[in-house]
Amino acid sequence: MKSALQFDFLVDKDKNTITVKREFAANRQLVWDCYTKSELLDRWFAPKPFTTKTKSMDFSEGGHWLYAMVDPEGTEHWGRMDYVTIRPIDNYTALDGFCDETGELNEDLPRANWEVSFSDVSDHALVRTVVTYNSLQDLKTVIQMGMEEGLKSTLERLDELLASLRK
Amino acid sequence: MVLIAAQAMTPNALADHFDISRQATSKHIRILNECGLLEREKTGREIHYQLKLDKMREVDLWLEQFRKLWETRYQQLDALLANLNKGK
Repeated sequence: MKSALQFDFLVDKDKNTITVKREFAANRQLVWDCYTKSELLDRWFAPKPFTTKTKSMDFSEGGHWLYAMVDPEGTEHWGRMDYVTIRPIDNYTALDGFCDETGELNEDLPRANWEVSFSDVSDHALVRTVVTYNSLQDLKTVIQMGMEEGLKSTLERLDELLASLRK
Repeated sequence: MVLIAAQAMTPNALADHFDISRQATSKHIRILNECGLLEREKTGREIHYQLKLDKMREVDLWLEQFRKLWETRYQQLDALLANLNKGK
C-alpha cells in the first residue's frame, strides 16, 4: 500500500527551491491537523534519528512554532516556523529558521520560505511543499548540516550491524 | 568505508579485515554501489572496489540525503495518520 502513495522530490537549482509532493492515506482535515497542531507535529516532524520537542505553538498569522529537533545524544537543535498566511485547510506559508531555546533567530544560518498546500485526490490528501532558499549556497549549507547528522547515524547503525555480526 | 577510501580492496580482503562474512561484505558493497559511490576495477579475476570521493562531494548526493530525510519524515507521518484513523 505504501509504495502506491505518490512521492515527488524536485530540485530547481536556478530558483533555489525544493518541491516535495506527497500523497497520504487520510483525509485532508486530518493531514492538516498533523501539520498545524504541535502535539501531532511532535510525533512526526523530525526525521529519525531525531525527535521533535515543542516549546511553544501559536498557529496564527504572525504567530510561530518554537521547536527543537533532538538528536540521539540529547542535543537540541532549535528552530522556529513563523506563520505568514493561513487558509485552513488549503494552504499556509511560513518562514523557517534556526534559533536558540528562547526563539532568538540565528542570523548566520539560512532561513527558508515554506509554502504548503493541501488538496484532495479521491479519498486521499495530497500535500505540496515548496521550500525556497535565498541562494543556492543556503540550500547547500542546510543540506550539509542535515547530511552530517544523517551520515553519522548511518555509520552508527553500520557499527551496530557490524557488532551484531561479530557475535 | 574508511578502508576503501584509502585504497582499493577486494571483497575478500574487506571481509578478512572486519572479520565478517563474505555475504555481509557483499551487502555493504551492494548498498554503496547502488548509491553510485563505488569504483570497480577488474584486475585479472579479482574486482577491486574504491570509494568515489569526488562523487561524495557532489551536490546531487546532498540532495539525495535531503530527499531521504523527507521520505523518512513522511513515513513517520504515514504511521501517525494510520494510528489516528484507527482511533476513530
